[in-house]
Amino acid sequence: MSESVSQAPAPEVATTGLLGGSARVAAAPPKRNEFIYYGLRNPKLLFGLTVEVLLVLAAIIAPFFAKYAPLTTTNMPVQHPGSTFWLGTDLNGYDMYSQLTNGLRESYLIGALGALFATIVGLVIGFLAGWRGGWLDEILQLITNVLVMIPSLVLLIVIGSYLTSRSILFEGTFIGLTTWPWVARAVRAQTFSLRSREYVDLARLSGKRPVSIVVKEIAPNMASYLFLVIILLFGSSMLIAASYDFLGLGPSQTVSLGYMMNQAASNSALFYHMWWVFIPPGAVLTLMVFALLIANVGLDEVFNPKLREQ
Amino acid sequence: MSVSVEKLSVAYRSRRGDVTAVDNVSFSLADGEIMGLAGESGSGKSTLGNALVYLDARMKTTGGKVAVDGRELPISDNNAMRHRRMTEVSLVPQYAMSALTPTRKIGKLISDLLKSHHVKDKDAVYTELSRRLALIGLKEDVLGKYSFELSGGMRQRVTIIMSTLLNPSLLVADEVTSALDVSTQRAVGEMLVEFRDRGYIKSAITITHDLSILAQIADSIAIMYAGRLAERAPTSVLVDSPLHPYTQALLASLPAVGVRHDQVTLTGIPGRPPSLANPPSGCRFRERCPFAFAKCTETPPFEEIKPGHLVACWKVSQEQAETAATAPGLPLKEQV
Amino acid sequence: MTTLKLDQVSKLYPSTTRGGGLTPALRKVSFELKPGEVISMIGESGSGKTTIGRILLRLTKPTSGTVTFDGRDIASYSGRGLKDYYQQVQGVFPDPFSSYNPVYRADRVFDLVRSSYFPQVSDKEWSAKIEAALDAVALNPGDVLGKYPHQLSGGQQQRLLIARALLLDVKVLIADEVISMLDASTRVDVLNLLVKLKRQGLAILFITHDLSLGNYVSDRTIILRHGAIVEMGATGKIFGNPQHDYTKMLLTAVPELHKKWQHAPFDPDLVSANGATAAMGSPNGKAATALAHASMLDEITHGEQVVKRDLRAVFGGGRAVASGKSQVAVALEPPALHEFEPDHLVAEPE
Repeated sequence: MSESVSQAPAPEVATTGLLGGSARVAAAPPKRNEFIYYGLRNPKLLFGLTVEVLLVLAAIIAPFFAKYAPLTTTNMPVQHPGSTFWLGTDLNGYDMYSQLTNGLRESYLIGALGALFATIVGLVIGFLAGWRGGWLDEILQLITNVLVMIPSLVLLIVIGSYLTSRSILFEGTFIGLTTWPWVARAVRAQTFSLRSREYVDLARLSGKRPVSIVVKEIAPNMASYLFLVIILLFGSSMLIAASYDFLGLGPSQTVSLGYMMNQAASNSALFYHMWWVFIPPGAVLTLMVFALLIANVGLDEVFNPKLREQ
Repeated sequence: MSVSVEKLSVAYRSRRGDVTAVDNVSFSLADGEIMGLAGESGSGKSTLGNALVYLDARMKTTGGKVAVDGRELPISDNNAMRHRRMTEVSLVPQYAMSALTPTRKIGKLISDLLKSHHVKDKDAVYTELSRRLALIGLKEDVLGKYSFELSGGMRQRVTIIMSTLLNPSLLVADEVTSALDVSTQRAVGEMLVEFRDRGYIKSAITITHDLSILAQIADSIAIMYAGRLAERAPTSVLVDSPLHPYTQALLASLPAVGVRHDQVTLTGIPGRPPSLANPPSGCRFRERCPFAFAKCTETPPFEEIKPGHLVACWKVSQEQAETAATAPGLPLKEQV
Repeated sequence: MTTLKLDQVSKLYPSTTRGGGLTPALRKVSFELKPGEVISMIGESGSGKTTIGRILLRLTKPTSGTVTFDGRDIASYSGRGLKDYYQQVQGVFPDPFSSYNPVYRADRVFDLVRSSYFPQVSDKEWSAKIEAALDAVALNPGDVLGKYPHQLSGGQQQRLLIARALLLDVKVLIADEVISMLDASTRVDVLNLLVKLKRQGLAILFITHDLSLGNYVSDRTIILRHGAIVEMGATGKIFGNPQHDYTKMLLTAVPELHKKWQHAPFDPDLVSANGATAAMGSPNGKAATALAHASMLDEITHGEQVVKRDLRAVFGGGRAVASGKSQVAVALEPPALHEFEPDHLVAEPE
């Protein structure tokens, strides 16, 4: 029943450890608080989280301070950042502050949508394939592999050309539907590994159904891993969205960070030394993703005791 | 004396302060002696054995010294120890057979080992290696295999071969027979004895919880309880006439083949070993000991009751003193 | 009369090693477990003993043969029927710590039983039930309730799992290596508990590799080797008068406190599992002969082909692969059993 490599179980060492009987019973805290304890002390996690939270707050609140709509011209083009236009205006007279803050919001929205869809689809498919195995697994793996091989950019161009206009929902869904394979693979591998654990057998012996077992026994043991995957997914969604928008494949009539960079490139902002047009969106995008990645590394340390610097 | 350990104490660092896993332990091994170090989990036997060879980052010595072949062993100095490992002292850690790197062939693991110890005459070592493999019934093609291609017993024997290839004076074997089938257990046990008989190792400390295996292969047995030595005696003496109440209870709880529950009811020992983070004062077994009395709140000394037989128990010391006092033939003024 | 009966049960695993094909983990095993009876199933690794436990617990399906409980084929159970089966037949696994989901508290194993089988029971009644079960296994509720698995000792974990089985008022308990992970002082307590339960009418299949434990606690013994029964019968007769060479070998290899290992003369026929003869090199000395003897047995017992474990499962496929144990080329048809004396069956040499 156990999948240990040794021929017969080794005697009791791991379970009792040093602290012996009664004291250990009093001393050790429940495991979940341990994560919070270490989490609050991990500099990378704190840094990443703080930056991200600030940016999200900015995305929510800052657009309210914009005096102009992002795509309404102020009729005062090429203004340096100053007291009237905090981040200046571009060649078309659009207010850069307004574009940046609204763009930040849109980028977050698209990133979140993409990550959400990818997570849901990836989880379902990963759990199904991992739990059932057999031919269902083979079929789902086939689908996954095919999807991974299709170049999503080309697909986007082809689909995009049939649509008259593209919405945020479309872009988010598209990103979700093209990035779920990564989630599915991770979930499938973990599920495979976890389903042969003895506590899963015990749940079966207690008359539990597969759905209950997957949700209550397996998923919580993957929770930290899933968390990390989802955070990474969020970051990559935003980056992918930015690259689509940069190429002009983003949602129509929507300002996002990628769109801003697209405009900066097509209006030769660099050539005209209009740094306030392309540096802010690039810097903010970099910061968004960077903070997430740093937080992710920190979170990995929190969940995995062996990585902690003692 | 091949090995001598004097008042050794080893502690673990933990968030809540240091936990002393080995408390003031002293013993010595003669050349060619295989000592069995027995105890239950949490007794500190693994810590003691491992500390003699490799103190990992969590452990530290808080007192005492160790000497092998007359020279002091700097166990707390990792750099100095690196030169002494494998050549003077060697360790087969617990779960070693599960810890062989699965991506390298056995032969490669051995050549890595030789390289890291700057062994000059590789050919001589390889000849010796083939001889030893044949001795224990492993074919030479095992060198070309990966660890997962071998059975548990074969892997265990490979780890012992690797640990003893450079002929250490002291081999510490931690639970090497525990996870094996009965027939392989015997093969591995006899392998240790054979290696000692042929001089591949000078002396050995076998750490296990299984007293019956020790009865087969060990020359002497030391029983550890809650970080301290409770009893140490030659094997036949300990098995036939144990003195410490813990040893007696332990032996009484072992079922022998042929004994059935309707013939003899075995009893365990009520209670549990004390926590090493906060051990009780005095004798650590007193809370579970049927013979405990007032003096047991003081720590009993680990003293020689009979030649070669050391016990840490007030009851035993008292009985010994009484026997000596009433021993016939002693002039009155020499009585205690 | 509740009886668990195995009839010609075989289990074949796809062999992932060079030969391909199928390897038998169990070969037409048949025996019966009656109420109030303890059967020790003794075997080394690769013998198939754990597989039998899993088949009886419906965690694995046999490739052929039937298992009947009270006359009904357990393969026919599903859903509701399976749940009812588990109310009568339960198991305890070798490694107590792994049986607990580390994310939850240890007593959640009781809650699983409650939500499946006793949803209507009031809190007060349930607490009383738990206390009774804990009392039966000599555990103090204050010591174990509300704690996480890593806060309990191996002995407590194991007894908690037995208490869980008792909550269901089972008729049959499959105890797979329940003692191996325990210390000497707690081992005996769990053993004595099993004896007490047996006297109350519980049927127990005690799976172990430790002969002395098997002997202490059981009424009947089955010796398993390479998936087939080699000797079976009343415990006293098997241990007192072993007939099969494998049983004899096992008994000589068991270390005992007051008796040294006997150096039996080297017997090549003993070790040939499939016609391979033991042509050993030239080890010298008495000790070396015994060594060679045992190690030859080891080599041929475990063969040189090992099933590669989860590698296949992770990189693709995911088919049921035997867990890391070696496979020996044996025929599906096991050696025939003949009656040596009443209640003592011995297999022909293979």
